[in-house]
Amino acid sequence: MKLSEAWLREWVNPAIDLDELVAKVTMAGLEVDAVEPVAGDFSHVVVGEIVSIEQHPDADKLRVCQVRGAPEGKRQVVCGAPNARVGIKVPFALVGAKLPGGLEIKQAKLRGVESSGMLCGQDELHAGDDKSGLWELPLDAPVGQDLRDFLKLGDHVIEIDLTPNRSDCLSIAGIAREVAVLTDSSLSIPDINSSPPAHDEKIDVILDAGEACPRYVGRVINNVDVSKTTPLWMQEKLRRCGVRPIDPVVDVTNYVLLELGQPMHAFDKAKLNGNICVRFAQSHEKLLLLNDQEVELNDNTLVIADEAGPVAMAGIMGGAQSAVSGDTKDIFLEAAFFSPVAIAGKARSYGLHTDSSHRFERGVDYNLPQKAIERASELLLEIVGGDLGPVSEVVIPEALPSIKKVTLKKSRLNSILGFEFDASLIESILTRLGLNLISSNDSEWVFDVPSYRFDIAIDADLIEEIARIYGYDRLPTNISKSAIDLSVQSENKLVKTSLVRHLTSRGFNEVIVYSFIDPDWHQLFYGDEPAVVLKNPISRELGTMRRSIVPGLVHTLKTNLNRQNDRIRIFETGLTFSPSANAGYLQQKSIAALIYGPQCSQNWCETKSEIDFYDLKGEVEALFELTGNAAQFKFVKPSRPPAFLHPGQTAEIKLADENLGYLGALHPLLVKKLSLTKIPFVFEMQLDKLLRATKAPLYTPISKFPSVTRDLAILIDREIEFAEVEQVVRDASGQNLKSVAVFDQYMGQGIPDSKKSVAFNLTFQDNSRTLNDDEILEAMNAIISRLEQQFEAKLR
Amino acid sequence: MENLNALSDEALVQIDQAKNLRDLDSIRVDFLGKKGKVTVLSKGLGKLSADERPAAGAKINQAKQNLQSAIDQRKASLEKAEIERKLQSESIDVTLPGRHTSEGRRHPITRTLERIEAIFATAGYEVAEGPEIEDDFHNFGALNIPSHHPARALHDTFYVDDEHVLRTHTSPVQIRTMETQEPPIRIICPGRVYRCDMDLTHTPMFHQVEGLVVDTDISFADLKGVVDQFLKAFFEADVSVRFRPSFFPFTEPSAEVDIQCTQCWGKGCRMCKYTGWLEVMGCGLVHPNVFAACNVDAEKYSGYAFGMGVERLAMLRYGINDLRLFFENELDFLKQF
Repeated sequence: MKLSEAWLREWVNPAIDLDELVAKVTMAGLEVDAVEPVAGDFSHVVVGEIVSIEQHPDADKLRVCQVRGAPEGKRQVVCGAPNARVGIKVPFALVGAKLPGGLEIKQAKLRGVESSGMLCGQDELHAGDDKSGLWELPLDAPVGQDLRDFLKLGDHVIEIDLTPNRSDCLSIAGIAREVAVLTDSSLSIPDINSSPPAHDEKIDVILDAGEACPRYVGRVINNVDVSKTTPLWMQEKLRRCGVRPIDPVVDVTNYVLLELGQPMHAFDKAKLNGNICVRFAQSHEKLLLLNDQEVELNDNTLVIADEAGPVAMAGIMGGAQSAVSGDTKDIFLEAAFFSPVAIAGKARSYGLHTDSSHRFERGVDYNLPQKAIERASELLLEIVGGDLGPVSEVVIPEALPSIKKVTLKKSRLNSILGFEFDASLIESILTRLGLNLISSNDSEWVFDVPSYRFDIAIDADLIEEIARIYGYDRLPTNISKSAIDLSVQSENKLVKTSLVRHLTSRGFNEVIVYSFIDPDWHQLFYGDEPAVVLKNPISRELGTMRRSIVPGLVHTLKTNLNRQNDRIRIFETGLTFSPSANAGYLQQKSIAALIYGPQCSQNWCETKSEIDFYDLKGEVEALFELTGNAAQFKFVKPSRPPAFLHPGQTAEIKLADENLGYLGALHPLLVKKLSLTKIPFVFEMQLDKLLRATKAPLYTPISKFPSVTRDLAILIDREIEFAEVEQVVRDASGQNLKSVAVFDQYMGQGIPDSKKSVAFNLTFQDNSRTLNDDEILEAMNAIISRLEQQFEAKLR
Repeated sequence: MENLNALSDEALVQIDQAKNLRDLDSIRVDFLGKKGKVTVLSKGLGKLSADERPAAGAKINQAKQNLQSAIDQRKASLEKAEIERKLQSESIDVTLPGRHTSEGRRHPITRTLERIEAIFATAGYEVAEGPEIEDDFHNFGALNIPSHHPARALHDTFYVDDEHVLRTHTSPVQIRTMETQEPPIRIICPGRVYRCDMDLTHTPMFHQVEGLVVDTDISFADLKGVVDQFLKAFFEADVSVRFRPSFFPFTEPSAEVDIQCTQCWGKGCRMCKYTGWLEVMGCGLVHPNVFAACNVDAEKYSGYAFGMGVERLAMLRYGINDLRLFFENELDFLKQF
């Protein structure tokens, strides 16, 4: 809401300056967003009058004007404005004047003709956006008076960012009421003269929408002269409140809207067919709006209709067909109450937002229409004349909102605000806000809520009002008083922060990528597998919820490759989304990482070698060490690897036989499509399962006896996985085997094509004694014979 | 005997000139070995008279001792030089960089979230999380934002279907917590939130932390206390904090919280639009309708809630001047935190 300080001060004029006023309303919840002067910074501009005018001898577009207004008497000014003519009064910048933007007016010659000053348009004074020519001032403007004084341009525009609950402040009257309470000042409410009707013509109104429109006030005004111009004082007030003057009838309705907060509409009576009905639209009814937009109405939209069809979208915008125009003789004025529920969201659904819809969807005083009609009539008579008809009001009393009664308990107030208030202070604050004290006793009050306060219904609302007016900063502040119980810190769950620290200390940078991705990328990674899709994405590229974190990591990889990074290690945690047949949407917490480029960043002491699967697997294993039980995780060849991974270089990660995630190389086709020169390796796991896989440690005794190690090299079929070999070795070795470690795998020259050589190191140890050679030999023989049986292994 | 002195002198010269341990040893053999030049002199003692013999023998012994001692000294000095030469040859350039992989960094949002969580953890707040695809009830209805409410328009909601949205705030986690947990409740809810808005100062995804406390006898004064303490702790400074009345459908009374501008300390600058204040949080006492939606007895319990934008706090704390940097994930940016 934009408003003029001067207009506000006509209503309430506390003895404080603008800064203090702004601070007061801001700290009462009406946040002032901006304060700006109503005109630019200029000096020595007076009211001038063009007394004679001649064509410039050497320039078609220039004219030579004799202008009154300068202290020295008549001056000659060369002017190019198309509307310059004898008799008009305009802003006259004298020699020596400074205009906004720093232009200084000097004695000058224009195409050989002397010019002593400049005649100005609105835009040149930064006092409006009219660029059409000279700013024509009223004919009774006093020649020679300083323009600032004449137009009161010392005024300021105050812009208040109102919260949606405070519809009562969407008018000068409303803000004035608030300022009066805050500054303990009295309100000067302008008198509204109700003029007697000159005839008895009425248009009948039928209310056919129940609670959506329980009150409609109308008035016929005949013989208006719409050729009149809106007086400058009204134009200026409108302009300073951010409303563009249009024509006198529209200007008056806008003026009343700004002044009192009642949206109004004026119809051209001649264009209306018979009676008016307020009803919901029928589906597919059409209406051409004032802004020339044709809309097809829904049946949830309230309309004003005549006997031929809708003539206005109620509370939102009038129709073009019945609008007041230059030919209008007779008008029908409307002021009604439309309920917030009936209007809310409707304007938006047609892509509209108007001053009227803004107010009605928040709530307009249902007792205001009559007053607004009287006010508008009074102003119209003054400007466009005409013959008033009677004010006709149609109302459905039982459908009007009722006056709300709210009980406030003293104990509740004190405990909520942590403060003991004086009863007299409470009563004073609330009654000054317009509430009516109905009854009170030692422990509670009962108040009636005024019809303009849609936001007050329960005691909490009253408590907020009291706190707000009293001042939040004056209310007490408590330092935490409650004793805190010591909380359980489970060691059987890993916290995400340790995971993050672990990965960062191993060189991974954490990234945060949007949860929505380009549908083309989804297609690239997942083909036709379904995704959760937004109905109203901000752009096509951000339209699909990610099924996996990996595409975002690959995208981030691309970003950073473009930034000339060649070695990238990144990870992210967050939700991934997929449609679920029975439960709506599956939202799973995941952790994913990506590595790319050389094993180590370029340095002087190591040769640069590229990463492979086992680099990332090593990282995953290190992560599992954090849980204290790395052995519970298994890597297996997946039966159905994710489509975006290399089928021959992907491991499914399992925890207690359940899928935990995947680890692998990005699919070569994808690598090619994304124009990557090297292969990224990625893993993605379910975060919650991983975190819960942790156990507090349990001590196992350490052996005091020496361990014995033996090496074993065997030749087996290539297809046999190491994990199978290890299992057989462990099963065959008896209880003293402590560890199995591979130290070589070889395929190639000297070995049959279908075979590979695997060499490993076995460590034996007993907790109670030193093992002797025979025992070791026995174990080794058992292992060898099992390997021979199971895999046809040959010793090397 | 007369050449004993000459031999000694010759030996001493050679010892002194010996270049290494091997040369030194052959000098020793040459003079003091079994057939050494000095050793053989003892064999000539037999030709001397018994009177002369002891004195001559003593002279020879003395000369042998002198030579041996000269050899030992020379040996020690040669050994020392040898070690020094070895140390010299083994010395390295200690200014070359070490063999290591560089550390990665937490995202600044995570860094900020962890900081906020740590501060509230000291006061017993537990972290609660919830889904990001939320149903209408938890995102709006239960938070006292009915479908016709103008506040909905402020949220620029992303819709997944008619009943599901991407949560527009972390407040639904409050509701989910109150639905399942008896008071006292003391939680903070960090997480991603989404609004359909993208320009210089808005990204369609951002982060919030919301706090909720429900207990008996919670007052507005308690809320002011915790918010004031938090902001001073977060910024590690005795910043002025002010509470301005505002409106949120799910709290009442509601307040916006401003801190003294961290750039100009209240004098007025571009960052604070010359007001001296920066808006950093919203807060209020839990609205009775919210309690009703979660079946919390509003007669018995009261509570407060507060919420803040994590990007905003991170920007103020770490001097980041462009919101979009957070989600571009350039390593040059990320490695600074």
